[in-house]
Formats: sequence, C-alpha cells, structure tokens
Amino acid sequence: MTLIHVTTTVNGDEVEFLADPRETLLDCLRDKLGLTGAKEGCGTGDCGACSVTVDGRLVCSCLVLGVEAQGKTIETVEGIADGEKLHPLQRKFIEHAALQCGICTPGILVAAKALLAQNPDPTEEEVRYWLAGNLCRCTGYDKIIRAVLDAAAEMREGA
Amino acid sequence: MRYHTPATFEEASAIAAGATGVTRFLAGGTDVLVQMRADIVTPDDLIDIKHIPGVKDIVQEDDKCWSIGAAVAGAELTAHAGLCADWPGVIEGMGLVGSTQVQGRATLIGNLCNGSPAADSVPGLAAAGAEVSVVGPKGARQVKVEDIPTGPGRTTLAKGEVISGIYLPPRGKGGGDAYLRFIPRTEMDIAVVGCAVNLRVVGDKITEARVVLGAVAPTIVVVEDAAKALIGSTLDEAALETLAAAASAACKPINDKRGTIAFRTDVAGVLARRAAKIAYDRARGAK
Amino acid sequence: MPLDSKTTGFKYIGTRPDRPDGIDKVTGKARYGADAYAPGMLHGVMIRSPHAHAKIKRIDASKALALKGVKAVVTRADFPTGLEGEDWNIQENCMAGEVALYDGHAVAAVAATSLLLAREAAKLIEVEYEVLPHVTDVDEAMKPGAPAIRAGAADYSVPEGLHPNVMRYIEYGHGDLEAGFAAADLVMENTYKTEATHQGYIEPHACLAQLGSDGKGEMWVCTQGHWFIRRMSAAVLGIDVANLRVTPSEIGGGFGGKTTVFIEPVALALSRKAGKPVKMVMTRSEVLRATGPTSSSSIDVKMGMKKDGTMTAAKVTMRMQGGAFPMAPIDSALDCAFSCYNIPAVHHEGYDVLANRPKQAAYRAPGSPMAAFATESLVDEMCRALGLDPLKTRLKNASREGTKASFGPTFPRIGLVETLEAALAHPHYAAPLGPNKGRGVASGYWMNWGGETSVSAALGEDGSMTVSVGTPDIGGSRASMALMAAEALGIPYENVRVNIADTGSLGVNEPTHGSRATYATGLATIEAVKQISTKLCQRAADKWGIPAEAVIWEDGCAKPSGLNAGEFPPLTIGELAAEMGGTGGPISGHFEATPSGHGGSFGTHIVDVEVDPETGHTSVLRYTVVQDAGKAIHPAYVEGQFQGGAAQGIGWALNEEYIYGADGRLQNTVFLDYRIPVASDLPMIDTVIVEVPNPGHPYGVRGVGETGITPPLPAVANAVHGAAGVRLRSLPMSPPRILAAIKAKG
Repeated sequence: MTLIHVTTTVNGDEVEFLADPRETLLDCLRDKLGLTGAKEGCGTGDCGACSVTVDGRLVCSCLVLGVEAQGKTIETVEGIADGEKLHPLQRKFIEHAALQCGICTPGILVAAKALLAQNPDPTEEEVRYWLAGNLCRCTGYDKIIRAVLDAAAEMREGA
Repeated sequence: MRYHTPATFEEASAIAAGATGVTRFLAGGTDVLVQMRADIVTPDDLIDIKHIPGVKDIVQEDDKCWSIGAAVAGAELTAHAGLCADWPGVIEGMGLVGSTQVQGRATLIGNLCNGSPAADSVPGLAAAGAEVSVVGPKGARQVKVEDIPTGPGRTTLAKGEVISGIYLPPRGKGGGDAYLRFIPRTEMDIAVVGCAVNLRVVGDKITEARVVLGAVAPTIVVVEDAAKALIGSTLDEAALETLAAAASAACKPINDKRGTIAFRTDVAGVLARRAAKIAYDRARGAK
Repeated sequence: MPLDSKTTGFKYIGTRPDRPDGIDKVTGKARYGADAYAPGMLHGVMIRSPHAHAKIKRIDASKALALKGVKAVVTRADFPTGLEGEDWNIQENCMAGEVALYDGHAVAAVAATSLLLAREAAKLIEVEYEVLPHVTDVDEAMKPGAPAIRAGAADYSVPEGLHPNVMRYIEYGHGDLEAGFAAADLVMENTYKTEATHQGYIEPHACLAQLGSDGKGEMWVCTQGHWFIRRMSAAVLGIDVANLRVTPSEIGGGFGGKTTVFIEPVALALSRKAGKPVKMVMTRSEVLRATGPTSSSSIDVKMGMKKDGTMTAAKVTMRMQGGAFPMAPIDSALDCAFSCYNIPAVHHEGYDVLANRPKQAAYRAPGSPMAAFATESLVDEMCRALGLDPLKTRLKNASREGTKASFGPTFPRIGLVETLEAALAHPHYAAPLGPNKGRGVASGYWMNWGGETSVSAALGEDGSMTVSVGTPDIGGSRASMALMAAEALGIPYENVRVNIADTGSLGVNEPTHGSRATYATGLATIEAVKQISTKLCQRAADKWGIPAEAVIWEDGCAKPSGLNAGEFPPLTIGELAAEMGGTGGPISGHFEATPSGHGGSFGTHIVDVEVDPETGHTSVLRYTVVQDAGKAIHPAYVEGQFQGGAAQGIGWALNEEYIYGADGRLQNTVFLDYRIPVASDLPMIDTVIVEVPNPGHPYGVRGVGETGITPPLPAVANAVHGAAGVRLRSLPMSPPRILAAIKAKG
C-alpha cells in the first residue's frame, strides 16, 4: 500500500503527513498530527464529535478522507482559542456548565462557531436544528443551547 | 485501495471501465465512507471527482433551466437563493439529508446513486422532471432521474458510467413544489415515508401535477393516479381524499426497524395531502 | 465518630464556580480513553460472533499470523481456567469459551502494527461455528421448549419446574394482600413491557494496555472505576491486583456502562503475548452489540385503591433478561417498584432470565425506570378511572420519614413529599393545554450508594491543597470535591486542586456509580482535609506552647479557641505550611471507609407532549424536573444531572430500543437507528432543586445522578395518554405504535 503525502493547513499552521488513502481526516488529525480534540463517537457521521471545518465549511472529519485535505484549510477545536485567550463560546460553556463529561464539547464548539459565523443572531430553534448532528448524552442540551445563545449575544455586543 | 483524482469525467469513466475490482466514485463521501467504515464495501479503486472543473458550479442557463455540478454540497444548494426560489421542494429534500455536517459534503448525485429507497432528494428531483448527464465508455447520454435507481443500492448505471451533472427544467409560471418526510425524531433519521409534489396552477386550478413517494417501495414511486386526482382540481377536500387514497394504494412497503407496512401506507396518504397543500400555496404565490 | 454537619451558612457550598478542568475540556486538551499513544504500540481488533448462539468448533488464525505486521492472536485458550462465579461470568463475556452466546460475542482478538492491518487480519481469522437455536425475548426464554442457554446454572432460589434459563427468583413482601385488595374500591392490573436500551455514552470504550511476561502491567482506560477494572482484569488474567496499575483517562460518559470490563483483559492478554503495548478502541457498532445494555422487562402490576385515592395493596411480578448471564437488576427494580408509597400490603416477585443477548451492565438506576414505568403508569390509569388528581393522589400515599418502605426498612428523613408539593405548586402544572396536547406526571426513586472510598489530601508548601480521589470526574465532580474541601478548610476554592489518582496511589475506591461520588468521595474529602486542619492546629499549638484542644480551625487559619487560650494572632494555612518541614514534617490527611449514610433521592417530573393524531409523532413541549438533592454542592452540576436523566428517559420512552431480528442479530447497531434524542427533539428542561438534607453526610448531600431517569418513562406515557387518548404499555412509544393505537381506538 503506497502512502500519499498530504500538505495542508491546520489552525493556521502548514503541516504535512503521509496517509493511507483509506484513513479518514479524523484518523490523520488524531494519529499523525497529535490533534486529539476531534473525537470518534460513531464513525458514521451521526454524532458530530469529530466536527471540523474544511475551507470554512462544517463537516464530520470521519466522512472526509485524509488525502482530501490536500491544499485545504482546516480548523479544529484546538484552533478556537487565541493563545491563552478563550473564545466567548468556550468561556460561556464553562460559565453555563454546558459540559459534563466533555466528550461532545469539541465538536459542539466547532459547530457552534460555524453557526455564529453564518448567523450571528440565531433563535433557540435555529441553534437546536443546527446542532442536531452533535449528540450529547449527558446534558439534555439545555445548558449548551443557553451557552451558545449567550455567547452569540456577547459577540454581537462586541462586534 | 487506489485513490484517483481524474481531471475530466471521461478520465473518471475510463478508470472505472478499466478497473477489475470494486470501484466507487467519491463526491461528498457521506455514503461511501460510512460503507467503508462498516466493511460493507472496500473499494479497490476510489475515484474522486472533485478535481474536475465545473463540479461545484450552480448555473442558470439562458432558458432558465438549472445546471448543477456533481459535487455541489447540500449546504451550497440551500444557500442558493435563485434555486431555492424556483425549486424549494427539491432543495428542501436535499436539505433534510443528515446533519449540518453531512450537508457540508453530501450531494444530489451521491444521494441518487446510493440507491436508497428512502433518499430524501430523489422524490423531489423526479417530481420536478430532473435529468442527469451520464458519461460512459460509449459516450454521454441524458437520463431522467427516476430511471436511475432500480432497487436498494442498485442503479441502471453500467460499469464505467459516471454522472457528470444534474439538470432541473425551467420552473415556468405558476409552479410550486414541496417535499415532506416522516421521521420519528426531528432530525437525523432516514425517511420512513417521503412525498414530493410538483404542481402548476393557472389561477386556482391545477393544470399539471407529479406526485412521487419515497421509502415505500424498492425505488421511488411516481404515482400517476395521485397526479390525476390533482389535475383539474382546486385542491378541494374531494381531490385531497382521492390523492391520499392513491398515494396509500401505490405503496409497496416493508416492515423494518423504521416502520411497519400499515404505518407507511397510512402516512403516505397523510404526507401527500400535506405536501400538496404546501406545493399549491407556493404555486399560487409564485409570479 | 459522629460527623460534624452543617446545612446552612455555607461560604462555598451552593455557589457555581468554574469547574477546574473546564479549560482542558473546551480546548481539546483533555485526554480521553482513545487519546493515549505509546511508542511501538500495536492496535488490537476483536473478532466477534455473527451468530446469536453457536458452538465454536475451531478457530484458525494462521492466515492472519502470516501477515507481516501481525504480532499476536489470542483466544480463550490464552486465559486461565478455574474461575468461578462472577469472575467466570466476566471472563466468559470478555472472550467466549466453547459457545458464542450472543451476536457480537468476542471469540478472538488480533494485534498488529496498524489499525488498518489489524482489521484486515481480523477478516482472515477463520472461525467455524455450529449454529444453535437462540432466544432473545424474556418471556419466550422462560417457556418450555426455549433453548437452554446454560443448563444447571440456576441458583437455589429458583423453584422446581421453571425453565433452566431462570437464574434467580426473588419473592418478598409484607401485609395482608388479600385483605388489601378486598378493601379497595378499584383494583386494576396490567402488564407493561420495556425494551433494552443502551447507556449511549458518546465515547466508545478504549484502552492502552501493557502487560509483561512477569505479570506486571499498566493500563490507561476510560472507566467509571479503575479499581473495579483492575480487580476484574486481574481475575480474568490470573494476576495479582497490585501488579496491575490502572490509570483512568477522562471519561466520555458511562452512566453505569463503564463500571465493568469488556476489551481491557483482552488488550492486556494481547500485550503480554506480543510483548508490546496494545491500544484497543471499540467501534460504535461494537459498543451497541457487545457492551452492557440494560435489561428488557415484562412486568405485571396490580394495585388496589379506594375512591379517595388511598392505596390499599400492590403486587408486582417482574421478568427481566440480563443477557446470557445472571444478575439482571431485578433486586433494585423490585425495591423501587412501590418505594414512593406507603401501602399496607405489598408483594414482589422477580425472575432473572437468560437470553442470547450481551451481558447487561448498570444503566442509571438499574431496574428502577422499568419498575417506575409499570407502577406510575398504573397509578395514572387508576387516577383517571377514579377522577383523581395524579399529584395529589401521590401526595396522599407518599412515603415519608418513618414509613415502612415497600422493600422493608423504615425510611429515614426523605424528600418525596417536598418534591410533590413543589411540583403541585409549579406554574407548569397549571399551564393551559391545547388540542392534541397532554400532560403527564410521575415520581421515582433511587436508593443511592456508599461504597468503598479512599481519599488522600496533601498540604502544599504554599498552603494550597492537593486532594487525590478515586472517582473519575464524569460530570463535574472535581468542582464539587474542591468546594467541599474549601468549605471544610475555609480556604479559597481556587487553592484546592483535585486529582483523580491511579490504583497505585490510593486505597480501594468503588466506581463513580450509584450516585455515590459527591456523597462518599465528598464525605471522605471533608474528613481527609479535616485531618490536615487538626494536624495544623497541633503545629500552631506547639508554636504557641498551648494545648492542642485550645486551638480551633476557622476561615483557613489556626486560632486560639478563646481569650483564655492566649492572645496569638491567627496563623494562616500558608504560614503553617511554609514551616511544616521543620515543625514535624509534611502534612497529609486521609480517610478510608465504606460509608453507609447515603440518602435516597426522590424526584417528581411534569411533561407536556403534543401527538400528531395522523402520524403518531410525539413532540416534547415542556419538561420540569423536581428532585431532592439533600444539599446541592454545585447547583449547576446538580441541574445537569436532572436534565441528563430526563433526556435519557425521554429517549427510552419514545424511540430507543434494541431491535433483534428473527436470526437473533442486532439490527440497529449505529446511532442512525439507535435513536437517542438530538438537540432539536427537546425543549429547555426546567429544574427545581429540593433540599431535604441527608443526615448521613456532613453537608447533607444526597446522590442525584440516577433518580432523574426513572420518572420520564411513565410521565411521557401518561402525557401521551392525555394528548392522544391512548394508553401504551410497551416501550418505546414509537410513532407506528401510537398511530396503531389511535386507529384501534377508532
């Protein structure tokens, strides 16, 4: 099996790795680049724990091949904070206790950030439908939705 | 597994035609990668069509028909104001496939070629009269969407054939379409029943209609009797009842982990009524 | 020694500070089970039976072993023989012996240098099966002619004449049942059924295991209880517990399902054979097929009630299958069945039955949701028949302090009445309802648990405190432990660091299960840091030249107890810590116990639903949880437990179920068709924390994690009845079933 050399940009850094074409972007981020923030919860695109953005588009990294990352711009949860400065979404998640075990949190943060980039003033229903592909088993989603709406409000004020 | 990135559809077709093992085309990957992970399929050749020029384009031609590239994702379709205005039923069907993340990758053509009887985009495409262009070893041909699927996971595409684009006819005056599906939750389920209705009205009178059901037979079902119930009517209660009965009668569903025969049959009639009302309102509201 | 307790006047308890591991978890830095890597590690993959019941005739791994990069294959032959009881059950479940007992049962495992290679190698391992007849339904498994899954394994409790699949039989009760039913104005009796569900944690099981040929090993694993994992793995492998050091990763959900082993002993066995560390991560379909879903149940319940709502007698018979092994949770199910009510005559009967399904594991209040579904549905049906208010009827019969519980003991101070009163007074209960909408209420109970607990605390040179606990932080417990330590010492919350220690660093700890962590680890934390403050008082006393009894600890300082003791300015924890090396040595505190003062938690829920009469689709419109927390250490995380339990219960009530085909294979092995609630399925979930302090904890804590899943099953069923006029007695109440019931009603 010949490995394919991939060069791509992740969280602003140019990186490269060798991938078996069968390996997913999720496998490559975690096992080759050490970015274990994205998680595999299902491998079938049903849980959203592996969410990243590729060229600004929210996707499940378990449904993208590593070799497809060639030349693309990828953002993961590790890129959301600005050094030690947390993003409002991250701060609000902690403040609202919007995480219990935390396994779904990276995927939800990536997804919520993508939502607010597209729609800075979503309704509760819009947030819920946008996040329908991010499963959480611990929280019942209540505090997550509150945290996203509160972060959106703060970001609108600061904008 | 060999991973190919052809520069043209002819090249893609030639690779597939010459391959000896299992071949899959890769657009959004939201079916192929799931099947690879589940060991349902391990392609020997995976042909990625996303490097071919034009695959991400949405173009409205001079005659107002729509030309959609093979790798346009659901999220791009639902964001396209012109397409949504002309064919809301087609677009809302595609827009229901999977999560926001899946929408970032899933394509109309992938949804069609996967051959699931429950595919959400296919009833609306068929009701709209959509066609696909097929590139193969013997050249190119144009095929109606409803002539592609033949059964669960199966299509009429021959070895080496690949779909290179999808086309929607001009909407024309007084047209409106809608797609509804039944799922047990609010999102993230495969359709238990799907129903697309495409109408044209002159005033309040329906002059043209197509009703297509999904998830109630091995392929979509174009229900002629349901269309006949609508044509010439003003969507009065009698027409709706005949419509619903025709939709239920056309079902050949199975009992499975998503629904029973009785349930699918009943709900097909319910959805036909509801989708017809939405399509009718859209048709009458259209300029 | 009596525990000093306080229930008011808290400085830190009841506040909502940021959890200490929050930044790690929102930046992707936190390391979960699959986030560990070791140099030279191999990847392990399990080979699993595709048959529900089959003799294993032959396993041939030669083609797999011939592949370059494949380093080891293990089967049951690589494990010791001679285990008995639950140790044997666990070993048999981790790796099949002579018979594959369920679809997905592990029969072999392979380790290779890459995951892709291991998966390829797994396909090359040839297993020859002789397929046997199978049974998956609990009632079918008890009928004459059902395939016997393990003949001769039933225990002494089982009466003669029952099918060999019946492993245990329980019967108990008190009072005069006949007289009780005779005194009733209405006697109603129904059968209720629930299907198996899975805990549904988003993180699949994962471990990185290393075991040497000398029997010494280490393992990184996502688990609720690493001492349990250590003990079980050691038993299955035949090694001493002290030789296996288990480190818990952060855990991505458990709900009871990660209190036991599945892949861990196998990963260790592969490591020993290959001479390298082995990482093993389950796929989602492996999790659903072959970890520990909860039992399915079939329940007959009968109750007598007077016209005024007084309950006169109640009887329940429960049949539960726990997979191909005994220990379905009939004990706790029966105990909870009538626990909310003071009924003079009660009788319980339970059957623990084998079926060709995976070995069940705990799922949030094991058995209680099923029992609540039956009892609380029946109570609702009876209230409707008699025209009685469902909350007032519950209040009329509610268990209180001094009530003889349905399961025997006398209840100490409990908070059921307070939850019922709060629910009655809540605006939700009085809000108007429109067409196709209905409201349901239900109460539920979980007795909670104490369990083996060991905590150690160490004073830092600058006065900051390190507390080492043994219960992984599954839902914010580090914050609660830090709050309790801060409160007990009177030092800022930020100066307390809570670590989850590995098995080599503390005495035995039971898992974070049984809603015990805030209670038991919390109690032990308080006691451990109080040992430190006691020692610090001694150091201050020595410094001041006064007796230790004359020194008190207050607000983070040692102080003379009164003017008579002497006029010394307080010595802060920091000042004393800075000198401790020279004043007597480093200062630590520790506490080990199996505390038994845990208090049960009662809850009452209110739910509004809308049912589409043409499709049977149910929407949950509004949900309120009222539950007794004793004392909410960190209210936001208590609310989180309430909301999470409600969400799981809603999923169980409406859409979640294990679907087995006629071939005995699980049909819904991925989240697409194992339908847990998504964000758009649920409304905001309102919470009311009732606080009836538990005298068995210094601050009054009651465990809250589990009770929340018990009322939703009946509450939703009761609401569906209100909305659609149909009573469903079989879960889940999926749309096809609701529509069929609506059509049958006509």
